[in-house]
Order: sequence, then structure tokens, then C-alpha cells
Amino acid sequence: MKPYHTFDHTADLGLVIRGASEEDLFANAAFAVFDIITDLGRVEPRETRRILAEGDSLEDLLINFLREVLYLYNGERWLLKGLRVNRIGERVLEAEARGEPFDGQKHEICKEIKAVTYHQAQIRKTPDGWTARVIFDV
Amino acid sequence: MSEIRLRRLDEYRWEVPREGAMRVPGIIYGSTKLMKAMGKDESPKQVANVAQLPGIVKHSLAMPDMHWGYGFPIGGVAAFDLDGGIISPGGVGYDINCGCRLMMTNLRREEVRPQMAKIVNALFQHVPSGVGSRGSLKLSRSDEKRVLVEGARWAVKNGYGSEADLESMEDRGCLPGADPEAVSERALERGKDQVGTLGSGNHFLEVEVVEEIFDKEVASALGIEVGQVAVMVHSGSRGLGHQVCDDYLAKLVKHVDKIGISLPDRQLACAYIQSPEGRQYLSAMACAANYAWANRQMLMHWTGEAIERALGMGPRDLGMRLVYDVCHNIAKIEEHVVDGEKMTLCVHRKGATRAFPPGHPALPAKYRKTGQPVLIPGDMGTGSYVLVGTEKAMEETFGSTCHGAGRVLSRAAAVKASKGRAINREMADRGVLVMAAAKGTLAEEIPEAYKDIDEVVNVVHGAGLSRKVAKLRAVGCIKG
Repeated sequence: MKPYHTFDHTADLGLVIRGASEEDLFANAAFAVFDIITDLGRVEPRETRRILAEGDSLEDLLINFLREVLYLYNGERWLLKGLRVNRIGERVLEAEARGEPFDGQKHEICKEIKAVTYHQAQIRKTPDGWTARVIFDV
Repeated sequence: MSEIRLRRLDEYRWEVPREGAMRVPGIIYGSTKLMKAMGKDESPKQVANVAQLPGIVKHSLAMPDMHWGYGFPIGGVAAFDLDGGIISPGGVGYDINCGCRLMMTNLRREEVRPQMAKIVNALFQHVPSGVGSRGSLKLSRSDEKRVLVEGARWAVKNGYGSEADLESMEDRGCLPGADPEAVSERALERGKDQVGTLGSGNHFLEVEVVEEIFDKEVASALGIEVGQVAVMVHSGSRGLGHQVCDDYLAKLVKHVDKIGISLPDRQLACAYIQSPEGRQYLSAMACAANYAWANRQMLMHWTGEAIERALGMGPRDLGMRLVYDVCHNIAKIEEHVVDGEKMTLCVHRKGATRAFPPGHPALPAKYRKTGQPVLIPGDMGTGSYVLVGTEKAMEETFGSTCHGAGRVLSRAAAVKASKGRAINREMADRGVLVMAAAKGTLAEEIPEAYKDIDEVVNVVHGAGLSRKVAKLRAVGCIKG
């Protein structure tokens, strides 16, 4: 089962992401974004990119983190296959993304995710871990 | 979902009564039919949220194509006093100066009908479109910065179109005060090879035929007659605009905490217009707006080339001319009369179009008598409307009207509804030849995903916010 599902928002894309731990939640959020952008089966983890994000709260941290994750494709034309969180605190996160540059011959872009919004963004602790809810501009 | 109780004021207006932290009441334009759908999402609540922002003047407004956005509703209009009022990137939207332009041609319906496949193919090949589309032009940093400062004029200077085109754009295709230093390296990076590209999602390039004229005199002043072939372009500032919005949201979310403005939704992050932060956003926003105008100017140029190539004719025979170009995601500094007093306001239009009346000094001489042309695209199966601005819009909505049909189905619901259907074929049966860069786009953009454009336009016409001039029917469409 995928660690995320979409929910309806009239103009845009809502995602609910789950994770066993905070690290897991953030890694799954990055996975979800790229699972929607492309067919991950065709992306190979050939390169590593370091991601650093800061935030005033866990929600803010998640949004700033997703900003960095989205910029990998929107700014650098690079596709993420997976991500490992090395360090996470309330206000700072350090992670390593694996993936490769976009190649029109090899990869397909299924959907463009243009930005992450603050609108109704939420992170909750649940009995089995963590859940986040985020709306994206598409 | 929404606990907002609406009070009907008259045939076309519903009030969101002033409650709690609201500084002014809200007003939503609609009809009984449209309001049924609007009550279901969170957009009335968003109208109420906008009403809480500092310096808001008179009303928090929403047009009949309103739907749930983030922060501001889509279809929202709000004006803020330059003294003590705010500017909000979320009130402009991610796609800064997303807008439409309409071009008329010398072609007639009968001539193009047998050639439609050829025309649509040529447009699809010649005009860069689709997810993350990149143009045939890669700008150096210094050229890109010139685009940001000069807007459509940069495109004209570089051989895309003519000086006369500038007359037919809001602000002559260039907002003043653009400062590239206010734009981040990331935004410049995203913008370097996207000028002259359509993009994806709801952006399109549509070949249309004038089907009906409502106001003969104005239509003729605008150069529009029945049976004539036109092209509508819908695009914006692409990745650059998105990055500008995103950069300033991140910055202003922190800023509001520092200056102690409490917000019902972080997406409404803002700064006082007169503060360094507010002025800096306005400078960056102007850059993105100018980029969008250059973008649409180039799209127009390539559209003309593609049609000429398809039909084997020269530019003089095609006779493509710009009717007008409007922005529908923007904030502008404008003069308005509020309760008899002249005020300088920052008018946010997020999914709303300026609709200035006859005689307004901002209009070019050729439209001084008709009022500002307003371009309203419908869904891909229907076509578009041309309207003109009115004095009533100045009195009631800071010179604003609707911007389109407005979504009614979410993208996910639209995809579900189109499962197992050949949308291309359905559109062809309606007489619209469609080509899309991505298969998913067509499913998301099916006609039933949108409100009834006729109903939306009849509300703004009935309420007097703009007047119907002509209706155009789509015959060919390129989707991103």
C-alpha cells in the first residue's frame, strides 16, 4: 500500500501522507510528490542531493522541506527516487535524496506539481505514527 | 463544511455578514443555481477570512466563478488602502499575471473548417506546450532581467509583434516599478527558458469562431463580427511567477509573526504596502507580471506563424490583430472613489478581471468609448465571451468582474468522471479538435469540471459588472 492518498480540493491536489516516525513521514512525503510527478519505476538512484530545511514548527518545516523537494524538479530538472532523513529536529532537517537528472528519452512527466501551500497544512501524531495533510498547487 | 450563513441582498448578490474579526462584510455575486454549488466548498469562509486583513476597504468580494482556493478564494477581489493596508502574494496567486489575450484574423469559419486538423497540428508543433515546457529561446541572465523590466515591449523590440500591440494590453504590457533585484536566483533559473511557452494545466491556445454578437456597435469598434476566426491564448508567468510567489510567501509568513498581524490562514501572509517588505514584493510581482506579458506576446507571434504555415499564407492575408490582453491574477495600485472620496488602493484580483468603464484614463484611445474589453474563457468545449467594463463595476467591485467558468469538480473527480471515455472523440463530436501534450490534462479539463460559462457571464451582465459583446465558439484547442 502506498504511504499516501489524495483528497479532493476543487482546483488543486490534496495529499494525506503517513509515516511510522517523523523521519518516515518526511521521506514518504518526498516519495509521494515524485510518485505523482513521474513513473518512479523508470528513475534510478544514480546521484545524491543533500537537502536542508528549516521551519518555525513541524508543519512549517514540512512545507519548507517540500519546497526544496519540489525545486529538485521544477528548478533543477532532477527526479527523486527516494530520500533518507539523516537528522530531524523541531526546526531543522537534513536529508539525502537519491535520483537522477530528468531525461526526456527515459522518463515521463505525468503531472506537474507547481508549489506547496500553507492552506490547512497539518501534522498529527496518531496511535500508529504520524499523518500530514498538505495542499499543492498544480 | 462551511459555517458561514449567507444573506441574500438582491437578485445577484449574497452578503457574508460581518462577524468576529472581519473588518468589513463580504459580498458574493451569483445566481440561485450557482450559489447551490458555491455553498458546498470553503470559498465563502475564505471570503470572510480575507475580510479580516488590515486596511481592507468596503467589502471582501467574490465573483460568480468563485471556488475554493488557498488563502484567497479563486474569483476573489479585495482592495486595500495604501495607508495601513496590506499586499498579499496569496491574494495575487502563484501564477502572477495569468491572463488571456484574444486575436482576430481575416479568416472565415467556412475557410478553416476543412483545414482544422492542419491548423491544430501546426499550432501543436510550433507553440511549446505541456508540462514543464521549455521554449526555443534561452535567455541570458541580462536578457531575462530586461524581460522582467520591459515586459511585452522587450518581445516587440526583439521582433515578436509590433508596437501597436502594446496599445491593446493592460498597462501597455508593462507594470512600473519592476526591480529584478527583488527576484531570487531560483526564480530566474526557472524563467530562463520558459518565456514563449504555454505551460500545462488549464492553460490553452484555442481557435474560435465568433458565434453571436450582443452589442453590434461595441463589437464593431472592437473589430469583431459573426463568422470571423479568432484565437484565444491563456497563459501566465510560468515557473518564474510561481517561484516569486513561493519565495515571498515563505518570507512573509515569518514577517507577519514579527509585526504581529494575526491571520486565519497562513496562506494569507502579507506585508503593509508601504513597508520595505511590501514594496519589495510589489517590485518582484511586477517583474513576474512583465514576464507573463512577454510570454503571451511571443505565444501570439508563434500562433500567427503556425497558422500562416498551415494555410500557406502570409501575415497580411491572415491579418492577425490583438483585440486585448487581460490579467486575472494581479494586484494593482489604482485610484477609486469610495463613499464619495478619492482613494489610492491596492486592488487584488485573484481569478478576477479588471473591467474599467468607458472614459477611464487607463484605456487606450481606441477603447475610450467602448469601455475596457474583458475576455472570459469557458471550458474547452464551449468557447469564450467578450465583454466590456462598466461604471457599475467601478462603483461596486473596484472595476472588476469574473475571469472564467470556475471549477466545480476537483481534478481528481474529473479524472474519475472521464474514466473509460474518449475525451478527444467527445470533443470532436462537439466540433472541437483537441490536442493535448499530456493525456491526463484532458481528463482533468472535461467540460463538466467547470461551471456553466453562460450562467456565470449572465450574472456579471445582469448585475451590471460588465456588458456582453460577443460569444465565441471553440473549434480547435491546444492543451498543455
